[in-house]
Amino acid sequence: MLDGRSMIRRRAGARLWLSALWLGLLCLAAILAPWIAPKDPLAQDLFLGRLPPFWISGSEPGYFLGTDSLGRDVLSRIIHGARVALLVALVAGTITCVVGATLGLLAGFLRGWVDMVISRFIDIWMAFPPVLFSILLIAVLGPGLISIIIAIVVIDWTRFARVVRAEAMAQGAMDYVASARVAGRGRLGTMVREILPNVLPTIVVLLTLEMGIAVIVEAILSFVNLSISTDDPTWGGMIAEGRTSIHQAWWVLVFPLITLFLTVLSFSQLGEGLKDRFDPVLR
Amino acid sequence: MQILRILFLRLLTTLVTLAGVAVIVFFVIRVVPGNPIAMMLPPGATEADVARLSALYGLDKPLPTQFGIWVAGVMQGDFGTSITTRQPVLQLVLSRLPATLELSIMALVMAVILGGIAALVGTRRRGTGTEGAIDIANGMALSVPDFLWGLILILVFGVLVPVFHISGRVTPSLDLPFTTNFYLFESLLRLRFDLWADIVSHMFMPALALAIPLAAIIGQLLKQSLKETMNLDYVTLARTKGYGETRVILREALRNAALPTLTLVGVQFTFLIGGTVIIERLFSYEGLGNMAIDAVINRDLPLIQGIVILFAVIFVAVNMIVDLLYAVLNPRLRHA
Repeated sequence: MLDGRSMIRRRAGARLWLSALWLGLLCLAAILAPWIAPKDPLAQDLFLGRLPPFWISGSEPGYFLGTDSLGRDVLSRIIHGARVALLVALVAGTITCVVGATLGLLAGFLRGWVDMVISRFIDIWMAFPPVLFSILLIAVLGPGLISIIIAIVVIDWTRFARVVRAEAMAQGAMDYVASARVAGRGRLGTMVREILPNVLPTIVVLLTLEMGIAVIVEAILSFVNLSISTDDPTWGGMIAEGRTSIHQAWWVLVFPLITLFLTVLSFSQLGEGLKDRFDPVLR
Repeated sequence: MQILRILFLRLLTTLVTLAGVAVIVFFVIRVVPGNPIAMMLPPGATEADVARLSALYGLDKPLPTQFGIWVAGVMQGDFGTSITTRQPVLQLVLSRLPATLELSIMALVMAVILGGIAALVGTRRRGTGTEGAIDIANGMALSVPDFLWGLILILVFGVLVPVFHISGRVTPSLDLPFTTNFYLFESLLRLRFDLWADIVSHMFMPALALAIPLAAIIGQLLKQSLKETMNLDYVTLARTKGYGETRVILREALRNAALPTLTLVGVQFTFLIGGTVIIERLFSYEGLGNMAIDAVINRDLPLIQGIVILFAVIFVAVNMIVDLLYAVLNPRLRHA
């Protein structure tokens, strides 16, 4: 049994580090994009349209992963696309986390009518198809980075609120909370000083998962052409373009898809790895 | 009596939820910039034309009045008229509903089969490398959402090894003798297996993309509860009777282990239905979700409202059916 556990821990450790490595590389690429991208991601050259990646004959030196139908460099667009993806992941993920966790904490700890109102809203939110809701919101707010972030926060706060509410309820019933109250802590003080630290590991795991979801939502919105302006490089926009020219130039779809796949996988493995770290049973 | 009371309360909260959805959708989409009426008219239309058409669709009245008119209509089964196609919303939505239902149900069946096999094999070979491999596959399947699986499937089975169709619901040149829009079921009933095969080969990839994440969840949870059940006394008793391990899992453990999975599948099934919106778009499958995205792009307000409400009704209905099933299947609740 002990052996099994240490194996699980070693595997969890490996995926934690691999995920962190990929995300770290991606962050670097995003920050250094203007300096490390080999070409201008917006530069079009119709004579260089649909060039294949370097190992296929007909490729052009300098265009490492080939070009799209307008002759834009795929690699440079992926590197620049990382900026939008990571910005959305960080900003939207964090705001969603703060809003959702706060509401969940309030509902789970205060109970009563606060819980009733928040739970009713969660129920209503759960009855909306999320993708449709996000597309609708972007139509209302207009395309753009800020709209995407707002849409993600508005739709996904329930992910945090539901889980944190349940956790806060469970924690609230424990003896240490009662003793904190007896020792003279106020309700708000108990919530922030006693409950929150105990719910925090769960929140961190959810936040990591949410960042992966945010990257996907941005990609989906660019895919239906509702993200930021169509010229700016985003992975979803590249995928949408690649989907239409899939039989002529598969690389336009494949490379952004692999990047997106690894990024989403990394965020979620990071979350799962952290969960194992925090889980007292496995520890 | 207890069950009736619970049922009544459930119905009440469901109504509150649906009313909430209706209010939110109605007011959110009325903030949409871009006048749908102006988009309908040919260039060169006068202000008066716009005003006349707005009045026709009731868009000139104040918002609360519009809401009142809409709710009164909905109560009588009238969801308004689509602005782009000028057909009744209810008729449009119901014509697309079968396509989405068939896709969702096929995906659910695939998820149950795949997840069930993963759980059973994982339990049968617990503690071996096979279980480890299943765990890793489950973890991957769970981490990546349906949208990405769809794209990967398109690449693999649409381009690399083109075995399935990557767009549409049925080959357009085929002559369809159907009276309903449930193509999949009707082709079976009419014994038109040629059409059935064509429809399945269109549905296979979108359904699989939707099924993969759910299959992983079912696989994980069912395996976990199977392993717990395998240590219970009655299972040990079955073993001492001399039954083989496979038989013990299938005949003794599975029945009890399936119950917790069922509740979860209910909630997850609503997520799957929500996922059809983007998957239908990806595969150009003519269902509700694809229609919804077009409606948003065309600012077709009555149609958007109708579709969102219909989705909400489906979600709520699925949850209620699962609760009822749970009550029926769980003997402890039945006799309480």
